Amino acid sequence: MAKKPHDTPNLDQLESGPWPSFVTGLKELAKDRDYVVDLLGQLEESYKTKKGYWKGGTVGVFGYGGGVIPRFTELKNEDGTPKFKDAAEFHTLRIMPPAGMHYDTATLRQFCDIWEKHGSGLIAFHGQSGDIMFQGATTDNVQKAFDELNEMGFDMGGAGPAVRTSMSCVGAARCEQSCYDEASAHRSVLNTFLDDIHRPSLPYKFKFKFSGCPNDCMNAIQRSDMAVIGTWRDNIRTDEALAKKWFAKHGMDELVNDIVARCPTKTFQIKEIGKIKKGEHISSVAVNETHAIEINNQDCVRCMHCINVMTGALAPGQDRGATVLVGGKSHLKIGGLMGTVVIPFMKLDTEEDREKLIDFGQRTIDFFAENALEHERTGEMIERIGLANFLDAMELDVDPAMINSPRMNPYVRTDGWEEEVAKINAKKQVA
Amino acid sequence: MNQAVQAAAPAQKRKPKETGVPDNKKYLHPMLAKNYGNWKYHDRPRPGVLHHVAHSGDEVWTVRAGTQRQMDIFTIRKLCDIADTFAEGRVRFTIRSNIEYIVADEKKVAPLIAELEKNGFPVGGTGNSITMIAHTQGWLHCDIPGTDASGVVKALMDELYDEFRREEMPNRVHLSTSCCEINCGGQADLAVIIQHTKPPIINHDLVANVCERPAVVARCPVAAIRPAMVNGKPSLEIDESKCMCCGACYPPCPPMQINDPENSKLAIWVGGKNSNARGKPTFMKMVASGLPNNAPRWPEVAEVVKRILTVYKEDARPWERLADWIDRIGWPRFFEKTGLPFTKYLIDDWRGSRTNLNASTHIRF
Repeated sequence: MAKKPHDTPNLDQLESGPWPSFVTGLKELAKDRDYVVDLLGQLEESYKTKKGYWKGGTVGVFGYGGGVIPRFTELKNEDGTPKFKDAAEFHTLRIMPPAGMHYDTATLRQFCDIWEKHGSGLIAFHGQSGDIMFQGATTDNVQKAFDELNEMGFDMGGAGPAVRTSMSCVGAARCEQSCYDEASAHRSVLNTFLDDIHRPSLPYKFKFKFSGCPNDCMNAIQRSDMAVIGTWRDNIRTDEALAKKWFAKHGMDELVNDIVARCPTKTFQIKEIGKIKKGEHISSVAVNETHAIEINNQDCVRCMHCINVMTGALAPGQDRGATVLVGGKSHLKIGGLMGTVVIPFMKLDTEEDREKLIDFGQRTIDFFAENALEHERTGEMIERIGLANFLDAMELDVDPAMINSPRMNPYVRTDGWEEEVAKINAKKQVA
Repeated sequence: MNQAVQAAAPAQKRKPKETGVPDNKKYLHPMLAKNYGNWKYHDRPRPGVLHHVAHSGDEVWTVRAGTQRQMDIFTIRKLCDIADTFAEGRVRFTIRSNIEYIVADEKKVAPLIAELEKNGFPVGGTGNSITMIAHTQGWLHCDIPGTDASGVVKALMDELYDEFRREEMPNRVHLSTSCCEINCGGQADLAVIIQHTKPPIINHDLVANVCERPAVVARCPVAAIRPAMVNGKPSLEIDESKCMCCGACYPPCPPMQINDPENSKLAIWVGGKNSNARGKPTFMKMVASGLPNNAPRWPEVAEVVKRILTVYKEDARPWERLADWIDRIGWPRFFEKTGLPFTKYLIDDWRGSRTNLNASTHIRF
């Protein structure tokens, strides 16, 4: 039995209603934990005053420089003692999840046992960077909990100016749209940068995210410094049986209004079967006895919409790989930035292919470490120096797939023009 | 259990095993491991259930349920019990903290759903539903929160519960909340984010000891902060005519208190889209602000969120995400239909903002 609970009239109101309540969970924990009794006390105070009462500090585990988010209470009595003394320290351990966030119950139960022993009993699946967040341990218990989690085969995630924990989608494990082995790429890339994850020494954070197709379920373009997004180069594949099944259920109105009209490049057409074009870039499939779909794949931007609507009837091609974009981030300091294409396509089928991705990640992080200003993200650095300079440093060839349009102003010194043209022509000759 | 400070650290320190991201193969449901990379298509037999078919002919059904994300060990053990009974002891989590159970036998789907719902876990969040809100830490754990996160999510999901369990929206609706303007909750079709309205109040007694002043000066996006001597102590001062109250100075310098119980408001943003489907990904746009930080259930925020989503549901065509819908009807009609006031504060004046202005005669009347 724990000590008497504090009155929590505000939090009590978050126990009603149908959605699962974290307050009810905390109260369950508080039944035999003074630690959580006082956590609820402080949280109730925040609800009353609309103020946060945690401050950071320095807490870590032996051998690592990051991964623990230290929290000490700032809610003090007049004599400087904590108002809720049993929850005066409430640190979080960020632990990296397996790719795709798959678990077996033996592992989850072991997490629970460890956190029941050393922590508050509160675990979040997952934080916004993908970490399993073991929330609430005293300074003394952080090391004990980490040692046991680490012995299970789990390792600390990133915090501060470090390579951060990554996420990948369910991907090849259960999704027909998967264009590369997301889990292998995720694991092999991240495990190359463990030193940069565990010992923060970059100008600022650096995030990788791995999405298996352009639906980008990991929000990689908006949320990662390096986004690896599956795509394909050859034609969309078709399956006539599934196309006819789809059409029988949905009909011509939906085909026209939901797909033809929504194709961003209008390359998706519906035609009488006799009028369907043939050619190496054409995908076509009959939807009934009279009509068929025709897609000119050279005009397709791989947006996924038609494939999402008619999944199975249409599918990504077989020459699969990934597009790599660099520089996504949220608002601070110069405003939100999306990633920019720097590698329009690379294969990711083999270890050797993944080595190339790792090498590119390594060179990007090295360049970032040397050239970014303090607290500057990769996207901000590229904005400051210009994409062309970044590409030059990364030894990447410029490609019109990297831009929305060529420049709209004349403010550029072009006295190297002939030299650049000569270089491009020389490369073409070799190819 | 008393968790007060315990004995000093052991003399022999254990070196971490730098093992990194664990291999996920052993955690995969056997049918997922067997058909890895060989899936053919999927459909959704009912809200909350995905049915995947492999090229091998194998089929699996995935049942998705909402959780509170910040879970106590009893809840996690309950979810494990359900997995052991129905799903070969395997689960996975989605990016929005939903839990997924995979079964290879269609007959297990209905009893699995019944068991989840009996235990209070709503089944849904698939396809064109309103799915679980991506969120942050808030008062529970963050060091700079303007509001709570889990509480806002609980209050809103109570309101949106039916839409989580149905697939009746025009397209999927992703939501996020963030307890400061850093926006850790991320881009979404609709987001609730703190918007501060007053410059930080500086505790000059603490600045010199707590803050690395040049770093704080450098952090300000509008160069409104400069070093100053105040009451004989080295401190910082703010040009309040320049300050746009973003709070960027607060994390590196907690004595620059930006959070204000009355003047830190909530803003609503719409039209973020992560996917490349149809149009390119989009960032969300602010459409409402000035809503009170009214814990514990934030009714004013819930009212605006529901109003926008109700109009979207009635007015958008199939497959239109919130951003696609507004692209079709235009911003004047968006504000007209939702009844939200369009104020001068919604006209962007940050760098690059001219691309957000209308440089054409394309106007819907």
